[in-house]
Amino acid sequence: MGLARTHSIALSGLSGALVEVEADISSQLPAFVVIGLPDTALAQAAQRVRAAAANSGCPITPHRLTVNLSPAALPKHGAGFDLAIAVACLAADGLMSADSVTTVVHFGELALDGRLRPTPGILPAVIAAAGLGHRTVMVPAGNAEEAALVPGIRVIGVASLRDAVIWHGAPLAPSPVDVLMPPRDDVETADDLDLADVIGNTEAIHALQVAAAGGHHVFMLGPPGAGKTMLASRLPGLLPDLDDRASLEVSALRSLSGRGLGRSLITRPPLESPHHTATAAAMVGGGSGQIRPGAAARASQGVLFLDEAPEFGSAVLDALRQPLESGMIVIHRANAVARFPARFQLVMAANPCPCGQYGASDVDCTCPPSARRRYLARLSGPLMDRIDIQLGVRRVTAAQLRIAGDSAPVASAVARQRVVTARAAAAERLRDTPWTLNSQVPGPWLRGRHTRLGPATTSSLDRALERGGITMRGYDRVLRVAWSVADLQGTPRPGPDEVGQALYLRKGMAS
Amino acid sequence: MARKDDLGRRGEDCAAAYLQRAGYRIIARNWRCPEGEIDVIVDDGGCVAFVEVKTRSSTRFGHPFEAVTAVKLARMRRLAAAWCAQSDVWPPRIRLDVIAVITGPANPRGGTPAEPVIEHLTGVL
Repeated sequence: MGLARTHSIALSGLSGALVEVEADISSQLPAFVVIGLPDTALAQAAQRVRAAAANSGCPITPHRLTVNLSPAALPKHGAGFDLAIAVACLAADGLMSADSVTTVVHFGELALDGRLRPTPGILPAVIAAAGLGHRTVMVPAGNAEEAALVPGIRVIGVASLRDAVIWHGAPLAPSPVDVLMPPRDDVETADDLDLADVIGNTEAIHALQVAAAGGHHVFMLGPPGAGKTMLASRLPGLLPDLDDRASLEVSALRSLSGRGLGRSLITRPPLESPHHTATAAAMVGGGSGQIRPGAAARASQGVLFLDEAPEFGSAVLDALRQPLESGMIVIHRANAVARFPARFQLVMAANPCPCGQYGASDVDCTCPPSARRRYLARLSGPLMDRIDIQLGVRRVTAAQLRIAGDSAPVASAVARQRVVTARAAAAERLRDTPWTLNSQVPGPWLRGRHTRLGPATTSSLDRALERGGITMRGYDRVLRVAWSVADLQGTPRPGPDEVGQALYLRKGMAS
Repeated sequence: MARKDDLGRRGEDCAAAYLQRAGYRIIARNWRCPEGEIDVIVDDGGCVAFVEVKTRSSTRFGHPFEAVTAVKLARMRRLAAAWCAQSDVWPPRIRLDVIAVITGPANPRGGTPAEPVIEHLTGVL
């Protein structure tokens, strides 16, 4: 009797696949069948669409409706297909032109009264639609601002199903409704945490700036109350603003996690600090059916802070090894593979022993040596090996507190400016390479023709290597940090001083 | 007679008249057996159609077709078999049809009601 087709987007991870939504009306007893691997929420679209259409003044035909979501073998999730299904059904019934419906990508969940609810994942879906060559998307009015952040695509925000069918040319009179808006979830900023609040710990402040300049992972070891958490939470404030591509990526992940975006892209690096009871699925992503991003993916282009790192499950920590290496999380399921970006900067903090007092000057540690050894052994060698900067943090003494009043503290804004300059210097040096940050550069290139440092410069490092104090891999890591130190100071090449500082940042923990 | 039975009767009359106009030969109306009743049985050029007629005065409580449930269809299938068993000649082909009649509101002052709307689905099972 009638056939119409339109398009929607099925998200798998951050990437979207085009889904053709076909509706066929056949002269049979009333039924509404959705086929093409829907999950429960999507199969229930039948009830939502029927009620929404009836309450919008354009009831769906009392005949048999078959809705096919093609490609049929791709699993589809969630209520985002409601609008596409409703529009296809009404076009099949001849309410509006089937041609107009075919050219538009629809995305949005329907309420029973016919209004459109804000739907999570709009931004990645619209990015996917634009990437697949579509020019027009129709989204809920509450998400229109978010969808409009994608360049080069026409966004039609509609408040209700009635508005949607009128836009497609149905002969109905408009009836204004209250727009359903997404919950206001203001983007929290780590920027109001200023580096100037940190008292003492000048070495750690310097180390943080080096880490920010080179994108190095950081491990901090120290007794409770030494200020590890305080330092780590100030690292995002030192990082420069995100560039366009990174900003779109962070915003898309935020949209996918169902948190509001507001009317602008996120331009500041995110900070994720999962609790140490987090599971591997919470860390890297997972879930049954729809695969959701985990903390590591949400921290992409920003900072992943693991406080009390040895308390995390060892499987959870080791799940981070692959993203640390490749900058990508790949989650495999029997019927789908989801990819999430995971170019985060890892910051871990730990106490030196279960009681936390080992190495503190004021209180004696009560742990037996075996417990101490076991505690830090929970951080596996391969994981620690990927961390460039490992430093000890000490408690602030009364003397430091008094001195702190005399010298001007380093403000985050000033430090960030230095970091931006340092990163620009590194990018200039690395402009003919695929890398942009010192932490990404492989060892052979560092020891290669252009960037080899003289024996006088690296003598302290060579001695450490000869004595067996560091491994060859550790040697490369110290070189990388040395370049970051030099960039931060504005010197064109690291000298013996910078190499010495880098060696201290790598091995300072042991002292 | 209750009003709903009256409405149903009127709907069946409309449906039978419609079927005759459409060229079907009516074999039986309201054929009964212990299992239940078939509203209309017609012959469509060798194919015997068992027709269920559903009548509503309006679609306020749903379209008549929506009242034809899987249970109802299963019963019609059993009834069709029962009719075939007692028939002299086993029909070469059979099918199940449903007819919806929407009569529009009855006129309280008597007089002729509005022309009913008839929809016919063939081969629903």
